[in-house]
Amino acid sequence: MSGSTSTPPHVYGLLAQFDQPETLRAAASQAYAQGYRRMEAYSPFPIKDMVSVMGHPRSRLPILTLVGGVLGGVTGYVMQYYACVISYPLNVGGRPLNSWPAFIPIIFELTILGAALFTVFGMLGLSGLPMPYHALFNVPEFKRASRDQFFLCIQAADRSFDLLQTREFLNASHALAVYEVPR
Amino acid sequence: MIPDDVNGGRNANLGRAVVEPEETLRVLEPGQTYASVTDKISAIALAHQHPRSWLIGFITSSTLLMVFCYATAYVLIMGIGVWGNNVPVAWAFDIINFVWWIGIGHAGTLISAVLLLFRQEWRTSINRFAEAMTLFAVACAGLYPILHLGRPWVFYWLMPYPNTFGLWPQFRSPLIWDVFAVSTYATVSFLFWYVGLIPDFAVLRDRSKRPFSQIVYGILAMGWRGSAIHWQRYETAYLLLAGLATPLVVSVHTIVGFDFAVSIVPGWHQTLLPPYFVAGAIFSGFAMVMTLAIPLRSMYGLEDFITLHHLDNMAKVMLATGLMVGYGYLMEVFCAWYSGNQFEWYVTVNRAFGPYALCYWALIACNIFIPQLMCFRSVRHCVPALFVISLIVNIGMWLERFVIIVISLHRDYLPSAWEMYYPSVWDFAQFFGSIGLFFALLFLFVRFIPVISIFELRELVHETEGGHKP
Repeated sequence: MSGSTSTPPHVYGLLAQFDQPETLRAAASQAYAQGYRRMEAYSPFPIKDMVSVMGHPRSRLPILTLVGGVLGGVTGYVMQYYACVISYPLNVGGRPLNSWPAFIPIIFELTILGAALFTVFGMLGLSGLPMPYHALFNVPEFKRASRDQFFLCIQAADRSFDLLQTREFLNASHALAVYEVPR
Repeated sequence: MIPDDVNGGRNANLGRAVVEPEETLRVLEPGQTYASVTDKISAIALAHQHPRSWLIGFITSSTLLMVFCYATAYVLIMGIGVWGNNVPVAWAFDIINFVWWIGIGHAGTLISAVLLLFRQEWRTSINRFAEAMTLFAVACAGLYPILHLGRPWVFYWLMPYPNTFGLWPQFRSPLIWDVFAVSTYATVSFLFWYVGLIPDFAVLRDRSKRPFSQIVYGILAMGWRGSAIHWQRYETAYLLLAGLATPLVVSVHTIVGFDFAVSIVPGWHQTLLPPYFVAGAIFSGFAMVMTLAIPLRSMYGLEDFITLHHLDNMAKVMLATGLMVGYGYLMEVFCAWYSGNQFEWYVTVNRAFGPYALCYWALIACNIFIPQLMCFRSVRHCVPALFVISLIVNIGMWLERFVIIVISLHRDYLPSAWEMYYPSVWDFAQFFGSIGLFFALLFLFVRFIPVISIFELRELVHETEGGHKP
């Protein structure tokens, strides 16, 4: 395919509209086969296998959750050890200062807390949210992505992107409409 | 294409024999599309006019909330001596209400997390407001121990932080475990609820006509666009949170059980307490979900989404957990007898035949006998009956905490220290006021936030009907 010589700089990409998740998925996999890489699908609910069709990698979120949980648990133990053994050792009937069984509930709670915080903020951070402005919001019809329509956006930044050819390709893939997304 | 019933024909046929033909045992009534579920649920939050029933409910609960504010202000000014508790009954309404509220909260987490992990699709219509219920119940619960501190303005002393006293909280005490458990629970419940709401806030942002609500919902939606890679992370995060919330909910009420079990008060010092507290929490929580769901569905015409199938399933969960609680009561009596400990046995006798015997037998009736009516399918399909039973269970579970706390404390080891406990008017004001706080928050939630998860309903429509066909 030709380069993006015919693409004006103010164009973010082309947005194709579909009314069924299956047609969206088919279009996305065709686009991937055509060599498009910088594209994204938008839907009112998660669609199975949508991400793998477009060749996106698997999410690394579970690793973050694990890190958060371990950090939380270690913090819980270190905090209690420091308080009970180093900072304020209190002899209660000759029992060991490092009375770890009594520390378990707080270690457990802080493990969960750390894992949950890392999961949520990791999910938001990896997705680049919050993002108050995005070029797609310039297309009025895009509002229906949160209602009943399905969209595929091929970005102008893609190496194979060409305003005319890509539009033709999207029209051929049973899109109901194709919109130009201004920046 | 359209299955007769997503649960197989057996249930549907049985259901039809008993109920009116228009209300069968479906998870979702037929004829819904992506657009129709979106419009119907978002219209509730975006409506300009407050429905009359909402106004009446909100004003009533706000009035009760005023009672709560008044009672709290009075307690703050005068001290907790205005309550009826005094040695030996140093824990009374405050801890009863704390345990009651936090138990109610647990069903919300159970519905949203545990049923998600078990892939129970019927949870979809009720998880959102069950989660909101959790959040508000935990808010009510948290206030009681803080007020009970006596000097609530220094509540932050419960938290470990480097301070000029050179002191630390006692990490070996269940009361400090409670601080961590409840604050973690409140945080995780909030995150779970908010994460669930992000795509629905985007719906409201896109469908709102007024600039003010567009801005507010826009900020809350954080720029959600429904992109495939975001959905993937979102689903992963949601599942992980569910996996984290499930052990958390068990741990929270276990630790609440430890508050009692770790002490040496007769009637409390039992290994039975933590698991039986967890079962009781789920029991009372489902009762509260039922109490809320039944008026909600008729108020907003949500019978298509919160169907008899949901009520039927919730009744079954209540029946099962109710039986577990009943087993707990039996084992309590058995252990007291089998231990051969005179103090343990005296508490048991004193519960059944002492000065508070009426509370004990009322509790047995409310929690053990009356819920058995739900064994009958005709009762499980009779909405008013379910509503009444759920109210009775709520009362019964409150009485259970009263029986455990007050009866154990008022006569323990030394007869010379025995004393009767009578709640004061401020105890009642605080209690009914907190119900007002709970409902005021809930009414605000129902009015301005989608009560049913819209995107999960669309998924359900996709699975059952294929989406666009009417």
